[in-house]
Amino acid sequence: MRLSAEHLSARRGEDLLFADLSFTIEAGKALVVTGRNGSGKSTLLRVVAGLLRPETGRVSLDKPGGEAGMRAAEACHYLGHRNAMKPELSVRENLVFWQRFLGDAGGRGLSALDAAEAVGLGDIVHLPFGYLSAGQQRRMAFAKLMVSHRPVWLLDEPTAALDRSAEGVFTGLIRQHLALGGMVMAATHQPLGLETAEELKMTGFAGAVEAMW
Amino acid sequence: MIALLSRDLKLSVRAGGGALIGVLFFTAVVAVIPFGVGPDLNLLARIGPAIVWIGALLSSLLGLDRMFQTDREDGSLDLMLMQEHPLVLTVLIKCLAHWLGHGLPLVIASPLLGLFMNMDEVAIGATMATLLVGTPALTFIGAVGAAVAVALPRGGLLVSILVLPLAIPVLIFGVSAAYAAVEEPAPFLPPFLILIAITMFFAVLGPLGAALALRNADD
Repeated sequence: MRLSAEHLSARRGEDLLFADLSFTIEAGKALVVTGRNGSGKSTLLRVVAGLLRPETGRVSLDKPGGEAGMRAAEACHYLGHRNAMKPELSVRENLVFWQRFLGDAGGRGLSALDAAEAVGLGDIVHLPFGYLSAGQQRRMAFAKLMVSHRPVWLLDEPTAALDRSAEGVFTGLIRQHLALGGMVMAATHQPLGLETAEELKMTGFAGAVEAMW
Repeated sequence: MIALLSRDLKLSVRAGGGALIGVLFFTAVVAVIPFGVGPDLNLLARIGPAIVWIGALLSSLLGLDRMFQTDREDGSLDLMLMQEHPLVLTVLIKCLAHWLGHGLPLVIASPLLGLFMNMDEVAIGATMATLLVGTPALTFIGAVGAAVAVALPRGGLLVSILVLPLAIPVLIFGVSAAYAAVEEPAPFLPPFLILIAITMFFAVLGPLGAALALRNADD
């Protein structure tokens, strides 16, 4: 399985934020997107997720045995700045909803309780999501990635608001996902502790993107 | 999809959901009319169906702007846009949940308010029936307005203004069907069937328009 982007460029307002950006992620590999604030990391992730229309280029996912160039967004989990959980509902209700809504082809997703255990918060699934602290909310949002299996994880600042031990938990979960043949594309400032990750450096409005492979 | 329906229903009855606010506003609007009009029972009975309909229309506008906005604010909308099931279907389910949470309580409350207006049983029944088939149309029309204004932080008033002109035909046929049931020469069925037709028409067009607006909201 391979996620490939060809000649992507995107606008924010009038200016091109990045132009002619190409990359591929093979199964089991991670791509870390770095760069200053406002250099286009989040925009790139939203383009890959299909939430923003690229100015040029395309993103496609090639599956062995599947049709070539299928829409990549459907195979992606997107963890944005916001957690996509309802503060009025309990954590379990939130996780069960996403599991049922996203579907769980092949039964490879964890149950809501197991996913909460995996991020180390198995004992508070009965609380309303709004009662949790910012870090706990972020961890639960991460648990959402595991209730339904998607090969590609798009993570936008996944470790914001987290303490060091939680970062370690995240790194472990990302490693596990990669080991099972998943793909991760993460925009981050903190090092995620992934030795094998490739790095893509965004430079922002300069129009040029230097990639370090 | 059933998961989405049950989640939205749960949200509409939990704290801050606003399902009860619509009913309370509806009750308040209709309950003050007798005080304003005075103790003329015949007059109240005559304007009753129209007042109940106007009250239902105004209170169904109340919760509309939150239909997609809460999902956008917490990022759920992003995930819904990414899924493989068609967005039109997602929007349709959200409309149904919104109607069950906000529209149906108005229909259920309307007989009580009919009593306030000194309407007889036939008029109350007719008003309730027309509200039952008419309020879904208001939700479907409102979904388009809510989707267009989803990115605006204070879009509530704008949604009402966008939606109101389109909701006028629903009001006209709803009220005329309710009157036709009471006043002898006019037939009840034609305006009632047109009301059903309007609802079915917007059940198709509303989710389509709303899905299109949501897709383009982020650009």
